[in-house]
Amino acid sequence: MTFADRASARLSGRVDMTHGGGGRAMADLIRDLFRRHLSNPILDEGDDAALFDMPQGRLVMATDGHVISPLFFPGGDIGALAVHGTLNDIAMSGARPLYLTAGFILEEGFPLADLDRLVASMARAAEEAGVPVVTGDTKVVEKGKGDGVFITTTGLGVVPEDVHVSASRAKPGQAILLSGSIGDHGVAILSKRENLEFETEIRSDTAALHGLVGAMIEAVPGIAVLRDPTRGGLAATLNEIAHAARVGMLLDEAAIPVKPDVAAACELLGLDPLHVANEGKLVCFCASEDAETLLGVMRAHPLGRDAALIGHVREDDASMVQMTTSFGGSRLVDWIAGEQLPRIC
Amino acid sequence: MCLAIPAKVTALEEGEMAVVALEGVKKRISVALLDEVAVGDYVLIHVGYALHRLSEEEAQRTLALMAEAGILQEELAEMGEGAA
Amino acid sequence: MKYVDEFRDRALADKLARQIVQEALPERDYHFMEFCGGHTHAIFRYGVQDLMPDNVEFVHGPGCPVCVLPVRRLDDAVELAEKQGVILCSYGDMMRVPGTKQRSLIRAKADGADIRMVYSTLDALKIARDNPDRQVVFFAIGFETTTPPTAVAILQAQAEGLTNFSVFCNHVLTPAAIGHILDSPDFAPGGPARIDGFLGPSHVSAVIGSAPYEAAAKKYAKPVVIAGFEPLDVMQSVLMLIRQVNEGRAEVENEYTRVVTREGNRKAQALVDKVLELRPSFEWRGLGAVADSALSIRDAYGEFDAERRFAISKKQSRETKSCECPAILRGVKKPTDCKLFGTVCTPDNPMGSCMVSSEGACAAYWTYGRFRAPVREAEVA
Repeated sequence: MTFADRASARLSGRVDMTHGGGGRAMADLIRDLFRRHLSNPILDEGDDAALFDMPQGRLVMATDGHVISPLFFPGGDIGALAVHGTLNDIAMSGARPLYLTAGFILEEGFPLADLDRLVASMARAAEEAGVPVVTGDTKVVEKGKGDGVFITTTGLGVVPEDVHVSASRAKPGQAILLSGSIGDHGVAILSKRENLEFETEIRSDTAALHGLVGAMIEAVPGIAVLRDPTRGGLAATLNEIAHAARVGMLLDEAAIPVKPDVAAACELLGLDPLHVANEGKLVCFCASEDAETLLGVMRAHPLGRDAALIGHVREDDASMVQMTTSFGGSRLVDWIAGEQLPRIC
Repeated sequence: MCLAIPAKVTALEEGEMAVVALEGVKKRISVALLDEVAVGDYVLIHVGYALHRLSEEEAQRTLALMAEAGILQEELAEMGEGAA
Repeated sequence: MKYVDEFRDRALADKLARQIVQEALPERDYHFMEFCGGHTHAIFRYGVQDLMPDNVEFVHGPGCPVCVLPVRRLDDAVELAEKQGVILCSYGDMMRVPGTKQRSLIRAKADGADIRMVYSTLDALKIARDNPDRQVVFFAIGFETTTPPTAVAILQAQAEGLTNFSVFCNHVLTPAAIGHILDSPDFAPGGPARIDGFLGPSHVSAVIGSAPYEAAAKKYAKPVVIAGFEPLDVMQSVLMLIRQVNEGRAEVENEYTRVVTREGNRKAQALVDKVLELRPSFEWRGLGAVADSALSIRDAYGEFDAERRFAISKKQSRETKSCECPAILRGVKKPTDCKLFGTVCTPDNPMGSCMVSSEGACAAYWTYGRFRAPVREAEVA
């Protein structure tokens, strides 16, 4: 059987328990699907562990489990998301990511063609980011014990000597910058949820942000805080920082970019864009005199075109994030309680 | 209570259904509660149903009423400035 | 968004704010009850209170269907899902409301009950079609706005012969509740609480019209202004209420004319009337038993009534002790008067319904206005 025959036979099938059994079926799957897409010199060694030289500087490590429904969504899929999510966690420490690992939990019965698409997408994302997946693992669980595919990725990166990025470094007077419009990812996912379906051109913003971060750090090495507002949205991220640094914040609602379709979908479902997830945005806290420079750098990068100054840090022992509404009043911006559920009232 | 949002009817479908648009977002809803509805109408959407049509004329009238607020004060202020 | 953005315009808000300051008499204060949670939400979401002079105060009313549903009815819904093995379809709003012993739909779901969140009765019907060998119950809550879609669903189920579909009906009526509040000793002259006028419901009124409030306005000599849910609507309506109070009038006026007419949506009313009828009495959380304040399914559609289809047990339902939801729903207390508020009871760990619904006064205070709480408390004292 030629390689092409073998590949097509494999892609017409489904994941079964033998794919996790440690025997030939598993070896074939790894060779024909995972390694074929993700190929790089370290992975191709085929050992259980990845071997590489010790990089210079301080190391950072991050891990992120990815579960999402649906697995394929407008603008991305779980494969790309699993790469971007971990790369962004690494990047938010000001680091340059070097290597990724990937662990797959597959559910018995999952179509191999879909798995192939996911892994291909993952490979593309890793390639675009310039960060190889150097080792991985696959397990299969019985039907009903998983949700198609779960992917856990771990990343390793290196931080330049003069860079010290941490939520605890938020200080009164600093400017708060946001790299672009909020809520795109969450709305793209919701649009495909059963019982909520609506049509929209909005696509997930899933993207790897370390390139943008690299440009920002180069221009202003003294950046105090970087965070990507994922689950819980911008509101959750800013509250986390406020609590970590025991500071307050004052935001300007009118300055926060929200696409008209995202605003419309939120109105329809009774959601607040501040609580809706992003996968390709960051917030940055910096000295107010550096804000203009950084905004210039961000806007020159494709992932920061709509960057905006959205507020500033201020003293507040109670760690409140407040906002001047575009209506002229003021309100508190709190984290969301539990899961965000569409409401009727 | 009662989250509802105005959206524009873009198509009528069988079974008293319609498609409405709110900016670029499109959703299928029921128009079973309306006596009459036409493409181009703005309707108030609540839990997947159109509850009522919106009146453009009345919306303009309300906005005009709101805009009247403060006019007297502005005039008085201008007169005050003129006098000074 | 047309008909939305215009009514959130800041320049107009500034003008209205100045006009309100000018017309509100400095020698008195004004207590206006916003009946609807939708207004409560708008007031906090946009910071409308900041644009009001100190002598204009909002009193939050019971107009949140999630908040006024008695614990007993929620317990019944949980029982339907757990003991009768039905697929229970609920609006997202109800999912986290704690019942007896803090048991919510979301906890019952975690324990294995088949509870599905729906956005519309259309979705509940679809679930019934897709699961012909399962019983599907729609947990119907809400005021007059949300009632017509329930009626349509029952008629649709009948037309399609969807015999596995039924409705657990908890729809309640607004004018009855307004009358009940004004009859209570709390609001009698010399009572502990005061209301000078009402911001009337917006979307409820889209269905029932403005006429049903006329009797109450006259009987209790309180002005009512039907107000839209956008922040400018709220401000314009406050201005209209101030004018009525200053001029000694007590009429029903309509600010929300772009949607509300005097007679309302006749077709929707007829559909509701065809399928549902008045319950002689219904328990409201906070208000107690209120006569003629809720709807049940007519005999002709009895086969779609979950209360007739399933035997629901009599049981002891319990509110959380020291939860002040009832008094807060009556407008007699503020969330910050409750011992549990912000300590034991937060949106992450709600003890009462007012902390769950985003329209509940407690959730609104917490989510949008917590930082104002000390100021408010001082004012109340």
